[in-house]
Amino acid sequence: MKVGVLCSRIRAEEKLLFDAFQRRAIPFEKIDDREISFDLTAAPPHYDIVLERCLHHSRALYALRILNQWGVRTVNTYEVALTCGDKINTTTALVAAGVPSPRTLIAFTPESALKAIETLGYPVVLKPAIGSWGRLLAKISDREAAEALLEHKDTLGSYQHAIFYIQEFVRKPARDIRSFVVGDETICAIYRESSHWITNTARGGEARNCPVTAEIDRLSRAAARAVGGGVVAIDLLEHPDGIMVSEVNYTMEFRNSIETTGVDIPGRIVDYVMAVAGVEAVPA
Amino acid sequence: MTTGLTAKCPECEGDVSLTAGVEKGEIVPCPECGAELEVVEQDPVQLRLAPEEEEDWGE
Repeated sequence: MKVGVLCSRIRAEEKLLFDAFQRRAIPFEKIDDREISFDLTAAPPHYDIVLERCLHHSRALYALRILNQWGVRTVNTYEVALTCGDKINTTTALVAAGVPSPRTLIAFTPESALKAIETLGYPVVLKPAIGSWGRLLAKISDREAAEALLEHKDTLGSYQHAIFYIQEFVRKPARDIRSFVVGDETICAIYRESSHWITNTARGGEARNCPVTAEIDRLSRAAARAVGGGVVAIDLLEHPDGIMVSEVNYTMEFRNSIETTGVDIPGRIVDYVMAVAGVEAVPA
Repeated sequence: MTTGLTAKCPECEGDVSLTAGVEKGEIVPCPECGAELEVVEQDPVQLRLAPEEEEDWGE
C-alpha cells in the first residue's frame, strides 16, 4: 500500500492528518508540490491513493488532472477540485442539482455587471471566482460604489477579476454554518460567528458547535453529491427563505472544529482515504 | 547557527524554539519579531521567511 499526501506548506491540518496516519501505522509519502515534476510521457508513478492538500488551487487542479489521468485514485478527484475551486462552477453545479443557493448572476463586462447588480438590487456581494478565506469579497450598497469597484476590478486585476460573480446579499444572523462531509456522511458542523458580514474563521469568525439537524445533513450531503463527493466542507447561510448553500471547499481546513465538535475530523478523513484505496478501517 | 531544536530567525536573528516532530514545510512564527518562518530543513533545522500569501491559496 503506497499512500501519497500532496502538499506544500504544512498547516495545522496537515500535521493533524500526518498524525492520524501515524496513529494507524499507515506509512505515507509527502509529495511537495514545489519539488515534484510530472513527466507526462513516462510511466506513471505507483500510488494506491493520493490525498491532495495543496495550498495552491492551480497546482492542486493540474496535479489531480494528471494523477487521475494516470489512473491514480485521489481524494478529492480532479472533477471535485474543478467544481469547488471556482465559485462559478460550484454554483452552476449546485443549481443543476437543485440545491438551494443564493441568487447569483455572472457577467463579463463592467457594463453588463452593473445591469446585473441592479437586477438583484442593492446591497449585493461580489466575489472573485477563485479565492478563499474571504479574500476580496465586496459588499456593494449603491451605484457609485458599484461603478468604482467594477472599474477597479476590470482595470487593476488579472483577467479573472473581470469575470463578475454577483450574488444577492443574504440577510442572515451574525453567523454562517460550516458542515463537514466525508463520503456520504455529514460528520459535524460549526457555526462561524462574527459581527462582520464576512464570517470566515480566517477573518476572525469564532467557531461554535452546530448540531447537525436533518435539514443541515440533507443539504450538506446534497451539496457534496452535486460537486462530486469526497471530503468537502459546505458553507451554509441561514437565508430568510431557508438554509442555502453558498460554497463548497475541497481542501478544507478544520483545526478550529475538532475540539469544538468533538469529532476526530482528521481521523475520519484518513479512514475515508483508506476506504477509497480499498483498505478496511484501520484502528487508530 | 543551529543547535538542537532551536534556530536563528533569518529576519531578526532571534532564537526560535521548535517542538520535536517539526515538519519540513511547517510555518512557525518568530517569537521576537513575529515574522512567519518556514522550516526548510529538519536536521539541523533551517528556517527562511515564509512566502507571502498568493491569490489562489485557499481551502
